[in-house]
Amino acid sequence: MTAIYERELDSQLNGLTGYIYGALMLLFGGIYVMVCHLEQGATDFTYVLYSLTFIYLIGIPLLTMRSVAEERHQKTDQLLYSLPLSMTKIVLGKYLALVTVMAMPLVLLGLYPLLINALTTSGAIPLKAAYGALTGFFFLGMALTAIGLFISSLMENVGLAAGACFVVMLLLYFLTSLAGYITDAAAVSLAGFAVCTALFGLILWRLTRNGPFALALTVVLEAALGVCFALFHSRFEGLFADVVGQLAVFDRFDSFSYGIFDIRSVVYFLSVAGLFLFLTVQTMERRRWAS
Amino acid sequence: MIEVRHLTKRYGRYTAVEDLSFTVQSGAVYGFLGPNGAGKTTTMNILTGCLAATEGQVTIDGHDIFDEPTKAKGLIGYLPEQPPLYMGMTVREYLTFVARAKGVKTRQLDGQLERAMAVTGTADVADRLIRNLSKGYRQRVGIAQALLADPAVIILDEPTVGLDPLQIVEIRQLIRSLGREHTVILSSHILSEVQAVCDRILLIHKGRLVADGTAEELERRFAGKVTYRLTVKADAVHARQALEAVEGVLDVQTKTDGGRTRIELTASDAGPAMDERLSFALSDGRIPVLRMEREQASLEDVFLALTAEGSQERPMEKKSGRKGGKKP
Repeated sequence: MTAIYERELDSQLNGLTGYIYGALMLLFGGIYVMVCHLEQGATDFTYVLYSLTFIYLIGIPLLTMRSVAEERHQKTDQLLYSLPLSMTKIVLGKYLALVTVMAMPLVLLGLYPLLINALTTSGAIPLKAAYGALTGFFFLGMALTAIGLFISSLMENVGLAAGACFVVMLLLYFLTSLAGYITDAAAVSLAGFAVCTALFGLILWRLTRNGPFALALTVVLEAALGVCFALFHSRFEGLFADVVGQLAVFDRFDSFSYGIFDIRSVVYFLSVAGLFLFLTVQTMERRRWAS
Repeated sequence: MIEVRHLTKRYGRYTAVEDLSFTVQSGAVYGFLGPNGAGKTTTMNILTGCLAATEGQVTIDGHDIFDEPTKAKGLIGYLPEQPPLYMGMTVREYLTFVARAKGVKTRQLDGQLERAMAVTGTADVADRLIRNLSKGYRQRVGIAQALLADPAVIILDEPTVGLDPLQIVEIRQLIRSLGREHTVILSSHILSEVQAVCDRILLIHKGRLVADGTAEELERRFAGKVTYRLTVKADAVHARQALEAVEGVLDVQTKTDGGRTRIELTASDAGPAMDERLSFALSDGRIPVLRMEREQASLEDVFLALTAEGSQERPMEKKSGRKGGKKP
């Protein structure tokens, strides 16, 4: 696993994309620190981090796009498959390398509160809140990196992986605002879930190429949904908007920006990371079973 | 060393490999021979654990490739059809990575690297970027990669494709030398290559194993007949009378040319006894023999005969599930 980790880190550090991500993070970090702390004299570092979450929109696709897609394109994935290593270790090695690159500019960002506190004559930045938020910012990055890695594992074209990842990041970023447009009517929730189930069936069909199975499962799920709707009609009010809201990964960072170290959000971020790493391993394994 | 039992691989409705069974003994060079699309790459990908079989079992030194993949893969060095090289690394960096990923201990790392590079002749390009190497050198680096961690079995998929004639000769010599210490399996659609390099041949056609043995065995088993070409100092009728009486002679064609007769004779038995019988028959008939040679059915004939039925183009061999990939 360390060999995979080191190679991935090496390729990231020899490429340009990691540096672009780092440069963006540090450039905008610097600008926000300038504006918030130096010009306006604010003492809340979490505001800087909150504003910086949008860098992930561009940064995560840049970081993760090549991780698996490039290997498939260059046919080096054959080597990975023939190595005496489990796919879990390979994916984990890659992921940890990406997380390392993702975290590098954050370490530098972490110097700002100390620096400002050392220089300031007026109000100091509360360090606990600042570093709590920075930790949360890092966990958010971990979750997003796993999503990016998964998207890269689905693609053979690096550009396509970056594009798809960016779209997903954008969706996740604006998910809460989008969820706001969903009305609370029970019928709307039902429609929402029905469409999602159909989409799930479609993906299942694409993955398994087993038409009858995917169709049957979709029909069963849709029927179950209908039964639930008939039985617990009132529960459906606003449910879809709630569920969609739960998926908004970026919004989980909000509580950190209020200066709260929210353990539930940390667990949420780690669960998202775990889920997408698992899906990445499955995607890679599935290719072995190509039919 | 390797046991393959009832291996079948289907891609949807297309069957790439069907009920393939064979055993590979250690310490020999095996050649996987077959026309394009015969299922060679698919079989090799399954042997190395890169691809899962639809049915059947593969064990490497007793370790099932699906149940104990780590142990089984640790015994194999694999060079896929397209060498899996990271273009942005130098040869040394790349080989170090592969060795460490294969679990070579730090203490043995340098020794392993030096050996692999010495055997494949890549030591003088060790610090060059793989991107800048010629195809022949890339192939060598690919083989060096397969040699790391000293695997018992080395599997090479079409190792000489795309190389120039000199490089082909060098790579073949390299493979022969590898065969002294490792079990080597290579695939090829070039008959002369397999004949030149391999101790045993597995002839595969349409995903099935059609023949298995040494080159001589195959020639004998599938030939059955031998052709003699003779030139005798006698008239055609005389010669024909003498030869047709010999046991095992199937057909005699004659052509008179001045005082001599050229004969093309087909006989059923390939043994040396036939040579003797023919020459005795001719000397008994007091026919002077000017020239006599035996022409064994070549492996090429065997190859063509076995793969002739259905020689029309088959759909292109589908590789390990890559979609839309460039055909190398």
